[in-house]
Amino acid sequence: MKLSALHQSYLNRRNNNSFRSPLDSSVDASGKSLLAVFWLILHCLCCLISLLLGFRFSRLVFFFLISTPSNNNLFSSPPFRPDLPPPRSNSTATATEVKSSSSRVVVGRHGILIRPWPHPDPVEVMKAHRIIERVQKEQKAVFGSSSGAKRTVIAVTPTYVRTFQKLHLTGVMHSLMLVPYDVVWIVVEAGGVSNETASIIAKSGVRTIHVGFDQRMPNTWDDRAKLEVLMRLQALRVVKEEKLDGVVMFADDSNMHSMEFFDEIQNVKWFGALSVGILAHSGNAEEMVMMSMDKRRKVEEAEGEEERSSSLPVQGPACNATTDKLIGWHVFNTLPYAGKSAVYIDDVAAVLPQKLEWCGFVLNSRMLWDDAESKPEWVKEFGLLNENDGVESPLSLLNDPSMVEPLGSCGRQVLLWWLRVEARADSKFPPGWIIDPPLEITVAAKRTPWPDVPPEPPTKKKDQMPLSQGDNVVVIPKQQQQQQRSSKVRKPKRRSKRNKHEAKPTDTTTQVSSSTKHHQERN
Amino acid sequence: MKYRSWILIFLAACYLTLSTISAFRLSRSQPTERISGSAGDVLDDNPVGRLKVFVYELPSKYNKKILQKDPRCLTHMFAAEIYMQRFLLSSPVRTLNPEEADWFYVPVYTTCDLTPNGLPLPFKSPRMMRSAIQLIASNWPYWNRTEGADHFFVVPHDFGACFHYQEEKAIGRGILPLLQRATLVQTFGQRNHVCLKEGSITVPPYAPPQKMQSHLIPGKTPRSIFVYFRGLFYDVGNDPEGGYYARGARAAVWENFKDNPLFDISTEHPTTYYEDMQRAIFCLCPLGWAPWSPRLVEAVIFGCIPVIIADDIVLPFADAIPWEDIGVFVDEKDVPYLDTILTSIPPEVILRKQRLLANPSMKQAMLFPQPAQPGDAFHQVLNGLARKLPHDRSVYLRPGEKLLNWTAGPVADLKPW
Repeated sequence: MKLSALHQSYLNRRNNNSFRSPLDSSVDASGKSLLAVFWLILHCLCCLISLLLGFRFSRLVFFFLISTPSNNNLFSSPPFRPDLPPPRSNSTATATEVKSSSSRVVVGRHGILIRPWPHPDPVEVMKAHRIIERVQKEQKAVFGSSSGAKRTVIAVTPTYVRTFQKLHLTGVMHSLMLVPYDVVWIVVEAGGVSNETASIIAKSGVRTIHVGFDQRMPNTWDDRAKLEVLMRLQALRVVKEEKLDGVVMFADDSNMHSMEFFDEIQNVKWFGALSVGILAHSGNAEEMVMMSMDKRRKVEEAEGEEERSSSLPVQGPACNATTDKLIGWHVFNTLPYAGKSAVYIDDVAAVLPQKLEWCGFVLNSRMLWDDAESKPEWVKEFGLLNENDGVESPLSLLNDPSMVEPLGSCGRQVLLWWLRVEARADSKFPPGWIIDPPLEITVAAKRTPWPDVPPEPPTKKKDQMPLSQGDNVVVIPKQQQQQQRSSKVRKPKRRSKRNKHEAKPTDTTTQVSSSTKHHQERN
Repeated sequence: MKYRSWILIFLAACYLTLSTISAFRLSRSQPTERISGSAGDVLDDNPVGRLKVFVYELPSKYNKKILQKDPRCLTHMFAAEIYMQRFLLSSPVRTLNPEEADWFYVPVYTTCDLTPNGLPLPFKSPRMMRSAIQLIASNWPYWNRTEGADHFFVVPHDFGACFHYQEEKAIGRGILPLLQRATLVQTFGQRNHVCLKEGSITVPPYAPPQKMQSHLIPGKTPRSIFVYFRGLFYDVGNDPEGGYYARGARAAVWENFKDNPLFDISTEHPTTYYEDMQRAIFCLCPLGWAPWSPRLVEAVIFGCIPVIIADDIVLPFADAIPWEDIGVFVDEKDVPYLDTILTSIPPEVILRKQRLLANPSMKQAMLFPQPAQPGDAFHQVLNGLARKLPHDRSVYLRPGEKLLNWTAGPVADLKPW
């Protein structure tokens, strides 16, 4: 359009020039030449812009140049709007005239509307989250536990003081704190009641019963399992004596529970069983890789097989596919681990579960009472149970194991996971995992026990005395800046080789640095 | 005195048992609300006995042979025309005596000429329809009696009986002149649009019922996605410049909300598409090249509140279903403020919408199950036809009166098929 106007004006000028008499041309020529020069310059400018930006964008630039930018904050492509819709709307206007009504919907090209700051607004995000919470609350109210009853959850946890106790117990504690039902937490501690455990469970906010058990926890996994059974039976005795009412579940302290687990166990009538996912973890990463590679190779070799072995073994009830009745038990397959499983608690090998872990069973606490009226006959009298006969799994509490109710859509849902991870039996850790007072010494940590006599404290504050045992170095500085300054100061000294290790961890206050991958510290 | 205490205990026991019974009844299933549109509580009406439909016996080149050539027509979103004929052939409203019929149905599959990709080409559809009408006009007297005013056709294509997929060309063609007086059952609906005739019945697009039923997840799975959408935002193949596709609305959704954590929107089509919809509170149903989309059906089936972004759209069975109470309507110009609009809806309103969506008759009305079930979309179509009865006297023409122009329309349409 502009070019045609230019062309027309040029033609006009040519015509004018040709009609003018030569006498006037001198005066007009200067004015006209100025105008012509101006147009020429403008024409060249526009051509240049076209060359640089392309024809379409030069129109954009021209549009911006000759119009004032108004209402441009909302639209990202304003020039497109005035161009195209008018010719289109003519056609729709003629079409809709037949209908004698105007449509506000215009066919054709529209701009893409973008608001000035197209990013999330935190106020809106918070409002949306409140809406989501409200909707989920309503869902829970409508679809919640089918019986509608909210029974107390009685959690039985055997524990003992060791390095990872705080880690495991905090996990269980947080799970129990999130449970939307009443919780009674019975913590049975091997080695007697200790302040350490008491301080951890005091923060839970649920009703806790802290029971001490006189024996110390042994150092092999088998013995530990046997002792845990005795501890759990002790807890069940507490349930019987206190006449606690609810659903008893066994929350071993290193297990992981999902919230749906607690919803599901509300449905138990007398004795229920669930599927437990078994995480038989070996501390040795290379061995795990080898094992998974073996498994994959076996799957590739046996290509004719439709069924692929699930990578996570599951222990729990097995049901008839059609009638959903209990017909047996899925038990952990220990054959791949023959000879390679951990015996001592600090072995770097896979820790295997027992045949049937206690955590996969839940029972109605009335089953343990002496005088419960409607206790079925297939339940043994708990008071008469003799521990010395060998109680391996909770099935020993029943006369008839076939009356167990399979929960979690008949064992198809895995709602909790079994894992055993422990540090070395002789590993030392600060009590309560609180370092107080803050230490300033560097101590070597290896497979040898820590020295009972702490090394001589340094004379100067800035000095750090690395002990020359082994290559691993633990740095526990008080402040990072002191550390940095001291490392700089120590550079010219003889012990410069070790400074490289110390200079690295500057972003955390305590850090264990290992030089090689093979020596994974378990502390 | 003793009696009074016994009476009190008895009354207390009665109250307790009654309260527990009522609690049990309510807690089992999701509470729903009755659906009543402008036509009343008509979703559960039974059309049998209220109307009679005569199905023309057309040569198989109009229906069966077309289907045999391309069986993909049975599963794409325009399959309603095929299932409608199958339903009517075995329905109790069918009559073999055309003299007593209220409505006449012409089974011609105009949306079954598919490209290799599966999209229907509408170029031959006007000729096919014209040829079918010529056939029935010459073999039966019922067409000429009313010039088609008591006949109905199923035209589920993008713009209905305008028979084109491009909106400008469809508007230019207009509705096929021969169908000016007939009732059209179509998926397209937009107010004040050439291709929506007065008195048309809008139906939902076909969505496979078994496939959706097989992807249901338990109702207690918490709805944790705020807004969900999967589909194209820019149609680079047909609209490289942008701004034509969806009138720029889908592109605006993308540009404004692509980094907003509340909006789970993307072009990737996951295998868990149906399951994800059941975990979302709002599902966007923006327009595409045409204002309707199967997302509305999917949202209703999966209990996700549909957010309809299409100006002036007419939704299926609009007189029977109160869509304003069930879905959220957003103007295309308000798309940049979609998050504000959605978060400003009070939670009680959202819960009410979810209860309305949970109504089984609502879900049933959106589906075309085989075999037909009471309350499904077939029955809603018949209900709509029944509501248009009795026919006005002016429908019947005087002998010799001609209202239709048989030679109107583009020259290419007049060629025989």
